[in-house]
Amino acid sequence: MTDREKPAPSRFLDYAPAPESTSILHLKPSYGLFIDGEFVDGHGAPFTTISPATEQPIAEIANADSSDVDVAVAAARSAYTRTWSRLSGADRGKYLFRIARLVQERARELSVAESLDNGKPIRESRDVDVPLVAAWFFYYAGWADKLDYAGLGPNPRSLGVAAQVIPWNFPLLMLAWKVAPALAAGNTVVIKPAETTPLSALIFAEILQQADLPAGVVNIITGAGNTGEALVNHPDVNKVAFTGSTAVGRAIAKSVAGTGKKVTLELGGKAANIVFDDAPIDQAIEGIVNGIFFNQGHVCCAGSRLLVQENIHEDVVDRLKSRLMTLRLGDPLDKNTDIGAINSREQLERIRQLSDIGEKEGADRWTAPCKIPDKGFWFAPTIFDNVSTSSTIAREEVFGPVLSVLTFRTPAEAIAKANNTPYGLSAGIWSDKGSKILAVADGLRAGVIWANTFNRFDPASPFGGFKESGYGREGGRHGLAAYLESAGWASPQAISTTGSTSRKKATS
Amino acid sequence: MVNVTTQGLPAQAAQAKAAQAAQAKALAPAERALSMIGGDLTEKSLKLHLEGLAGVDAVGLEQRAAALGTRSIKTTSKAWALDTIIELIDLTTLEGADTPGKIRSLVAKAVNPDPSDATTPRVAAVCVYGDMVPHAVSALGGAWSGGTGSGINVAAVATAFPSGRASLAVKIADTSEAVASGADEIDMVIDRGAFLAGNFGLVFDQIVAVKEACRRSDGSFAHLKVILETGELNTYDNVRRASWLAILAGGDFIKTSTGKVSPAATLPVTLLMLEVVRDWHRLTGERIGVKPAGGIRTSKDAIKYLVTVAETVGEEWLSPHLFRFGASSLLNDVLLQRQKMTTGRYSGPDYVTMD
Repeated sequence: MTDREKPAPSRFLDYAPAPESTSILHLKPSYGLFIDGEFVDGHGAPFTTISPATEQPIAEIANADSSDVDVAVAAARSAYTRTWSRLSGADRGKYLFRIARLVQERARELSVAESLDNGKPIRESRDVDVPLVAAWFFYYAGWADKLDYAGLGPNPRSLGVAAQVIPWNFPLLMLAWKVAPALAAGNTVVIKPAETTPLSALIFAEILQQADLPAGVVNIITGAGNTGEALVNHPDVNKVAFTGSTAVGRAIAKSVAGTGKKVTLELGGKAANIVFDDAPIDQAIEGIVNGIFFNQGHVCCAGSRLLVQENIHEDVVDRLKSRLMTLRLGDPLDKNTDIGAINSREQLERIRQLSDIGEKEGADRWTAPCKIPDKGFWFAPTIFDNVSTSSTIAREEVFGPVLSVLTFRTPAEAIAKANNTPYGLSAGIWSDKGSKILAVADGLRAGVIWANTFNRFDPASPFGGFKESGYGREGGRHGLAAYLESAGWASPQAISTTGSTSRKKATS
Repeated sequence: MVNVTTQGLPAQAAQAKAAQAAQAKALAPAERALSMIGGDLTEKSLKLHLEGLAGVDAVGLEQRAAALGTRSIKTTSKAWALDTIIELIDLTTLEGADTPGKIRSLVAKAVNPDPSDATTPRVAAVCVYGDMVPHAVSALGGAWSGGTGSGINVAAVATAFPSGRASLAVKIADTSEAVASGADEIDMVIDRGAFLAGNFGLVFDQIVAVKEACRRSDGSFAHLKVILETGELNTYDNVRRASWLAILAGGDFIKTSTGKVSPAATLPVTLLMLEVVRDWHRLTGERIGVKPAGGIRTSKDAIKYLVTVAETVGEEWLSPHLFRFGASSLLNDVLLQRQKMTTGRYSGPDYVTMD
């Protein structure tokens, strides 16, 4: 049959496959560690990164042991003292602008790599992740020569070598969140991407070579948890930045206590998405879907607890179910896929386990009728209705496409229930009434609060949590300050340097 | 001083009383409104109903429409979509300069959109001014559906199109004349002035009256499409209210625009109207049609609308009795895309006929 004959697709909605081509990728069969501007072999046993959608191997990845970590930190130290800390802010900015532009130029390649390695739909890596990566570098490139305005007084100082450990849910975006402010502030970096998603970071290493970034300013080492541990505990790092689970965050906080290293931790979350009865209902449904099913729910700020006003509870759940039936689960590289693969077998097991507990504890489970591919790791969008605040699935982070629905009666109860969690990363409020939104937002203990939207990110906006969601902020001026220390408003250095600048101006 | 107060008060009281009376005035007893709002159908109860509808968040609505626009429709799906678009087109000419000759030419295009390919489907209807209906009917000849449901329909714009600024008597005369000359479908405009002034009852009563004027001598009705002219209503909240109002008053279709006001049809507005239609179906089981009109010129855009329909109300709406495109230049772009799918090459505007 040619394309021309009017086919009778059983359903128009079974859109014909529209896969993004992988021909743009030029992957090597194996990748080394990126240290001092070069790819070098690691001394640990190499591991293979696979595509979670097909379980097919993608490439062999070097594994950094503690000796490799030593070399990487030494390279970062030497680049810090010899080159990067001596460059002017404007020159550092030039490199960052260059990196941002190269990310845009190679956006398609990065998106395909990200979807292949992580399992997220190409629509998300293409429309969200990679554009935000470029935005983050552009934003902090602009800050590099304006550090005097970072809120720390004149001539704030960089910290030195930053050890950064990032998770697998937004591999390249988390790298950008960490690397861009660190470099803008004048630090050098050793960064470890997650074991299951190293690919985009290694392509990013090629971009750094293309941008001619001085060797050693950014070092990318791959490996598992012990590599990260060795990096974080290395005596010659000045700053530790970690995004990941609360358990690991707690261990890091303990290990760096008393060492003088500065720390920022961006950990788990159990966000409440609060829907009032005066909400713009169709948009609220979209917001709920985007809040928990975006990136398969692998989002620390995911709106995993839906708090819906009791008088519209049934209507909302009903509408939500019809909407979920239009979600398309499958090949992450297909441009029409909404829900991709779960990143790893381990994570899939955890989601299954917690969902089973939810069912045992008496919540009503509903799963969208999706056809699950034979190979790979998949979990269909799932709603638990009539969840009580004491349920395990309402308290523990599932980090998967699983939504718990709870009800409330009044704004005061909504606030109390939303805050009743050890976490405090994000929250959402849906109402057509501005004054109510502001009043409820005032009562919520969460770092990020979205009103009539969810999961929107901007480099100018600080991001971070309360309580067990960690400390420190990333993004915006606050994110910059996490990589700087004040020279002291009245310190002799601050006075003399500002003094000398103005004298120079006067004589020129 | 004393005089002013004594004279002023009764005047104000009379005004208030008149306003109250207007609020309490019973509206035309349209069946849908009676079952949805209840027996005490008044200006006030209608107003309360429309103002009680959930609000629309503009940013969220536009975001959703944009996301639907990123669907990638390829190969067999695209071929099906292109043919379906043609079947859903109301091929339109609404110019002051329309002549019988122009109508004949439009009809010829509607009947035989692509002379180089006999497998090309026909459009759903031709849409013309009321006085051109007889010319359209005679030009269609055997291709005219004539209310049979198969063949090409003749749609007529009526009710002092496009402004709607005329008395009810004129609007009714305009409508009945078109129906009497053979129009299968009436595209009426609502009184946007009355709507924006808050006189929902007036807008409602006029739709009910025009619907009645759509009745043919044999008791059947010409299909009524109600044009909201969303570009003049300006806010999404207004569009949602006007959509409900038009459905409650008996409209078979709700239509975005006349094509004479900018912006005409947009994807977010159409999405919003589809959401109303979906909600109405959830509540009553009844299916209402939607017609975006004006400004849809490319196949690529039209496919975005098909996706939006299928993912909002379901793909059973992708049928001429529930969804239409009001368009003129769209058809040729679809034909070019269609030829490209057959031959593998893009041709040019010289390879499709003018209407």
